[in-house]
Amino acid sequence: MTAKSTAEINHQPRRLGYSYRRNLRERFIETLLFLTAFASVAITLAIMVMLVKESFVFFQHVSIWDFLTDTQWTPLFDDAHYGILPLVSGTLVSSAVALLVAIPLGTIIAIYLSEFAPFTVREIAKPFLELLGGVPTIVYGYFALLFVTPLLQKIFPELPGFSLLSAGLVMGIMIIPYVSSLSEDAMRAVPMSMREGSYAMGATRFQTAIRVVMPAAYSGIAAAYILGISRAVGETMVVAVAAGMQPNLTWNPMEPAATITAYIVQVSLGDLPHGSIGYQTIFAAGFTLLLMTLTFNIIGHVLRKRYREIY
Amino acid sequence: MHESIVTNAALTQYKSEVRDLSFYYGEFNALKNINMALHEKQVTALIGPSGCGKSTFLRCFNRMHDLYPGNRYVGDIILHPDNVNILASNVDPIEVRMRISMVFQKPNPFPKSIYENVAYGLRVRGVRQRAVLDEKVEEALRDAALWDEVKDRLNQLAFNLSGGQQQRLCIARALATDPEILLFDEPTSALDPIATASIEELITDLKDKVTILIVTHNMQQAARVSDYTAYMYLGELIEFGVTDTIFIKPKNKQTEDYITGRFG
Amino acid sequence: MSNADKLHEIRAIIVRHKRWDLVFMVVGMFALMIAVLTFTVLFTQMIIDGMPRLSWDFFTSFPSRRPGSAGILSAWVGTSLVMLVTIAAAVPMGIGAGVYLEEYAPKNLVTEIIEINVTNLAGVPSIIYGLLALGLFVYQLGFGQSILSAGLALALLILPVVIVTTRESIRAIPVAIREGAYALGATKWQTVSDHLIPYSAAGILTGIIIGLARAIGETAPIITIGAMTFIAFLPPSPVQTDFPFLSFEWLMSPFTVMPIQMFNWVSRPEEAFQLNAAAAGLVLVVMTLAMNAFAIYLRYRMRKKIKW
Repeated sequence: MTAKSTAEINHQPRRLGYSYRRNLRERFIETLLFLTAFASVAITLAIMVMLVKESFVFFQHVSIWDFLTDTQWTPLFDDAHYGILPLVSGTLVSSAVALLVAIPLGTIIAIYLSEFAPFTVREIAKPFLELLGGVPTIVYGYFALLFVTPLLQKIFPELPGFSLLSAGLVMGIMIIPYVSSLSEDAMRAVPMSMREGSYAMGATRFQTAIRVVMPAAYSGIAAAYILGISRAVGETMVVAVAAGMQPNLTWNPMEPAATITAYIVQVSLGDLPHGSIGYQTIFAAGFTLLLMTLTFNIIGHVLRKRYREIY
Repeated sequence: MHESIVTNAALTQYKSEVRDLSFYYGEFNALKNINMALHEKQVTALIGPSGCGKSTFLRCFNRMHDLYPGNRYVGDIILHPDNVNILASNVDPIEVRMRISMVFQKPNPFPKSIYENVAYGLRVRGVRQRAVLDEKVEEALRDAALWDEVKDRLNQLAFNLSGGQQQRLCIARALATDPEILLFDEPTSALDPIATASIEELITDLKDKVTILIVTHNMQQAARVSDYTAYMYLGELIEFGVTDTIFIKPKNKQTEDYITGRFG
Repeated sequence: MSNADKLHEIRAIIVRHKRWDLVFMVVGMFALMIAVLTFTVLFTQMIIDGMPRLSWDFFTSFPSRRPGSAGILSAWVGTSLVMLVTIAAAVPMGIGAGVYLEEYAPKNLVTEIIEINVTNLAGVPSIIYGLLALGLFVYQLGFGQSILSAGLALALLILPVVIVTTRESIRAIPVAIREGAYALGATKWQTVSDHLIPYSAAGILTGIIIGLARAIGETAPIITIGAMTFIAFLPPSPVQTDFPFLSFEWLMSPFTVMPIQMFNWVSRPEEAFQLNAAAAGLVLVVMTLAMNAFAIYLRYRMRKKIKW
């Protein structure tokens, strides 16, 4: 450019002369887009700040030791106890029941659809399962309370009207699509050459699926399980409706008990003044919940990494 | 020199005979009325321009086409000595694959340790005794000329091996179950020249143990490793005979054009 | 061992192993049936209980103490308005972020943090978003327990879905299209807005619909921000007869939504209210299923139609 005379530049089409303006606009748009992308980080930070801030106030009132060891959670009573254990036990038991249903069934469905099912079955079943995953959780709650619980009571007459068992079972069925869909995707991504290698050795479908495809799809399957666990631990409406809202330190799925999420719902339904200790308890409970899901995510991450190194 | 090979070869028996074989991918007729034979403990090469059906033909031998819907065989592939048509619908493809092993174009080790890769075929057959497995794995790895390189790291993931080593591992995997025929589908097309040379040497050595059918896109390779050569074009077998004859004075004009590089 | 013996053995092994194939076929179909059957039972149960309650009056009545005359008017109006806010917030943000990450983002630490963060946000339980909205929107920003707070909470919730599908759809467009545009002198933004976004619109739309279907059914975050369960009035209408014709008062109005209405009825001990719950559930399920089915159909058609 510098070599050219001004006369030559003046002869260029006008549009090129205004490029700095266009650059400015491009820069502006890029910044705007960056901000929208960065918003997700801001959201995470906001979640952390909010939970930590309110929990901090809570822990000035209640010692962490009491929070972790007290066996009663009665923040709204006159004789207030702030032990998170009953809520944690409710959460873990209902999640365990759910996962005992979702992981085996979800894995079997995934293997079946990816390795065994005829084309038409797969083409119908996959979208169907996706639809199943889209049903609102409150509807599953209704189903657990008004259909599964009465059904279970016919088998176990002593089962109360609210129980971790019935909430967990329905939650498990609800999670199946997540586990099966992601695992199936992972298995389908295993290259056909790997399967051909196995079939060429005279392996059956079952042997190929179990010994070659599953190990090859390990990290995807693990990710599916982790997502399933996160869903189960964080699920709210099914347990709030069908497991009861009474904090109860128990490991018995036949009993009613509140989960962390159900407690938050219970408090939110009432009218607690902003800034009261009751208001802060839900943030402390939410913080515990977030830490639990985070722990599972990290465990999953570590497992996957270690597997890659050894195997 | 090549006179003696011819006589030698003529003395060998047929391991397998292909009779009037046609093959269809749905409507598409990929193989047309092929007749030829595999001589026992000899190397037979399939050559021809890409798309001529040589890989399709090879994959008929262990019924790989059964894995996908819409494929159809017509005709026979007779396996000797028991004189059975392996394409017959009452013959289980799994049985065929247990007797006829295959090595693929690209090395496709399983996501398992080196040891477990080789042991896979035995495990599939239900072999559990550690001693038997150990012995067979070592033997197969020695036969595949890989033992010295991997004996100290049998428990490492097979993906850590180089491309040439992976392919030799796949050969060891195929050998571990004592197959009657070993199929090679362009086994060196994904490898560098040095790895290719070692695989070719290996194929020549293996001839004493097993009948070999190899698909190759490389005519020099066919000339180097095979005893018999079949030239295919557009799904048809154009010429089949002793390798030296095919390469030195082919009967068919088309074969000559291909071999001298005038087309292909 | 003679050849015949060996063959015999091989055959025995195959028979044994093939039994497992068969067993698994049965087990697999059985597992699939459990999922299918559960859904059928759930759906039938709701139809039996809820169908008789579904009438025009059910859609045009406010909730009531008398189950027979209670309806879902305030609930579906609330849901629609909340969804408007969610769309307005999540769609531009999600598309913007998706476009940035796919087309603009340099390979650096900040980008990596954003990417990891988006993946992790998708795994955060929905009730946590409710707590965020409670602390931030309701109290910090003073939006109160309003439609605005609820819509924004749900927008945050579905943001990862919109971002991820936007990225996937844009990634599917071949480089040749971009090069074609640049070769004609287009700037980056012109390439994005004239080509990439229009060509991936169907895919992005799929993501938005799936996200909205999820948002419609979400209950927990909205309960957390303190939405009332008994609302027997409508928010101020967005369209006014007087100048300036549009009003945004509704944004700050108290509200209820469909799933909360259903939750309210499910928790009542009287059976008559539970029938109402079934009816509301039926409406909710049909809505979300229709949306999801439409999204699945869109994706299916896209796969068939577009072959780059």
